[in-house]
Amino acid sequence: MTHPQLDSAGAPPTPKESRAFTTISLAPSSPAVTRQGAARHLPSIEGSVVADRVYQFALLFFALCVPALLLVIFLEVGRAGWPALHTFGLNFLTTSAWDPVKGQFGAAPAIVGTLLTSLIALVLATPLALGAAIFLSEFSPAWLRQPLSFLIDLLAAVPSVVYGLWAVFFLLPLMRTSIMPFLRDTLHLGATPFFAGPAYGPSVLAAGMILAIMVLPYIAAVSREVLLAVPRAQREAALALGATRWEAITGAVVPYARTGILGGVILGLGRALGETMAVTMVIGNRHEISASLFAPGYTMASLIANEFSEATTDIHISALMAVGFVLLLITLIVNAVARWMVSRMGADVRA
Amino acid sequence: MITVTCIAATLAVVPLVVILAYLMKQGAGAVSLDFFTHMPKPVGEAGGGMANAIVGTLILIGIAAAFGLPIGIGAGLYLAEHRGTRLANLVRFLADVLNGLPSIVMGIFAWQFLVRPFGRFTALAGGAALGAMMIPLVSRTTEEMVRTVPQALREAALALGYPRWRTSLQIVLRTSLGGIVTGVLVAVARVAGETAPLLFTAFGNTFWSTSLNQPIAALPLQIFTYAISPYDEWHAQAWAGALVLIGLVLVISVTARFVTRSRHGAGGD
Repeated sequence: MTHPQLDSAGAPPTPKESRAFTTISLAPSSPAVTRQGAARHLPSIEGSVVADRVYQFALLFFALCVPALLLVIFLEVGRAGWPALHTFGLNFLTTSAWDPVKGQFGAAPAIVGTLLTSLIALVLATPLALGAAIFLSEFSPAWLRQPLSFLIDLLAAVPSVVYGLWAVFFLLPLMRTSIMPFLRDTLHLGATPFFAGPAYGPSVLAAGMILAIMVLPYIAAVSREVLLAVPRAQREAALALGATRWEAITGAVVPYARTGILGGVILGLGRALGETMAVTMVIGNRHEISASLFAPGYTMASLIANEFSEATTDIHISALMAVGFVLLLITLIVNAVARWMVSRMGADVRA
Repeated sequence: MITVTCIAATLAVVPLVVILAYLMKQGAGAVSLDFFTHMPKPVGEAGGGMANAIVGTLILIGIAAAFGLPIGIGAGLYLAEHRGTRLANLVRFLADVLNGLPSIVMGIFAWQFLVRPFGRFTALAGGAALGAMMIPLVSRTTEEMVRTVPQALREAALALGYPRWRTSLQIVLRTSLGGIVTGVLVAVARVAGETAPLLFTAFGNTFWSTSLNQPIAALPLQIFTYAISPYDEWHAQAWAGALVLIGLVLVISVTARFVTRSRHGAGGD
């Protein structure tokens, strides 16, 4: 309320009187009314007070829709998943049996698959995104900064299903013929259990790679904004002490921005955890925990996307809802932490 | 080391270029006038189009906008006008959290809330799910844009005797309209490509349907169905669909970019 004088147009008289105010412009004691007289075409102040109330109330209603929506999602999904969570208890999270026919449900492989693919995505995307962000905020010539930022941001605009389509017909064959044999045989990583086994294509690794491409723009955008928000003095002080440009960046700028950058990475994690379509199309959809990244797997999101339409028994639907609820909880926590970290940096980020 | 960051920046753009180039190569052949005006052909027959899916996607976007825009813009105005209050901070934080909600969770929620009780998949449920995804995006951009309106402009309007609500709607909102339109376009571009929230709500439809009370076809759903099918004809159609979808999304995104740029000099976020 920056202008209390306009709100305090006297005690509200009856509507009839208020109409009289506007037309005749009496009551010189009230400064608000004098002003009203100057702009006679406007509605009465008193009518405005009511309209203002209604308007403010409407805005408040819309604003409250946001928490209400979140709450209803939380309660509805939780309620729908409750029978499964209640029946299987902690075993739901820790066991691997997923047998809709026998009514046995353990979501461990999907949970592990979700965490694993997201981890691969972050390991692959973070260095690249951070490097790109440093280039954009520190070294890029001015004419290149805008277009390059825009191109990287565009990566976030490509629909998930298009990534999936591309991955099925481009990335998977490439994995089968080049990337997987290269990792396994040329680099001899096949000796470890993590890169062993036949190179089919659809795999946890492929899902991690497509996720890396998808979260890269988020991490890059947040890191760029956070780096740009670092005060000039921070750079100049380091340079004045005799640091090279690179030393100033690694010694003064990046450490200053590290909370925000970490927030960006966690925001990327939140995206990766919940990503559905592209992952469903390339992960191979097998309910099994395997040490090898070459093996097919499942994520929570792809499990729901793949089985939900075919679920017929109540407990099967409830189990999928419970998986959704676990995913919801994890992403809510991850996002809350990320937002808190980024906002502490004072950067203006809307990724 | 400067070179290393330069290489990183280049590598970050490579996937976009590769994806777009591959998409052009695969999809260009299958996109024709028929694609926009014809219905899908049965398996084994080449050609046909996705007229129903294109119209379906437009209808779904319309429902989503009708549902998501008033709430999103209203909430954004509230956030901008009540900056710093505890409730505004909470709503802003929750909007950001809602923005990070996995789309598949939105899908099963909409199924549980809007499909299960009525016993059938509907366009309305799909549109509502997409609309809910628009709310946080639109409210955050609206807030940012309304904040850029100079305080003096508000004060001038109020000094002229404008009531608050008219100041808010006719002066503040109108001044920041360009930015808000950008935010709306970005939100539309995002939900236009969403598949997961539609899987169990709009469901898809191989026939022509514009009824809001029936399952409806959508471009992303159709692409998904065709992509995971074993038929070459359908794969070609999936590529064409993807090209049309990404064309739609990119045109909206680029338009949004230029609307912002002309309004705010430096342009964009």
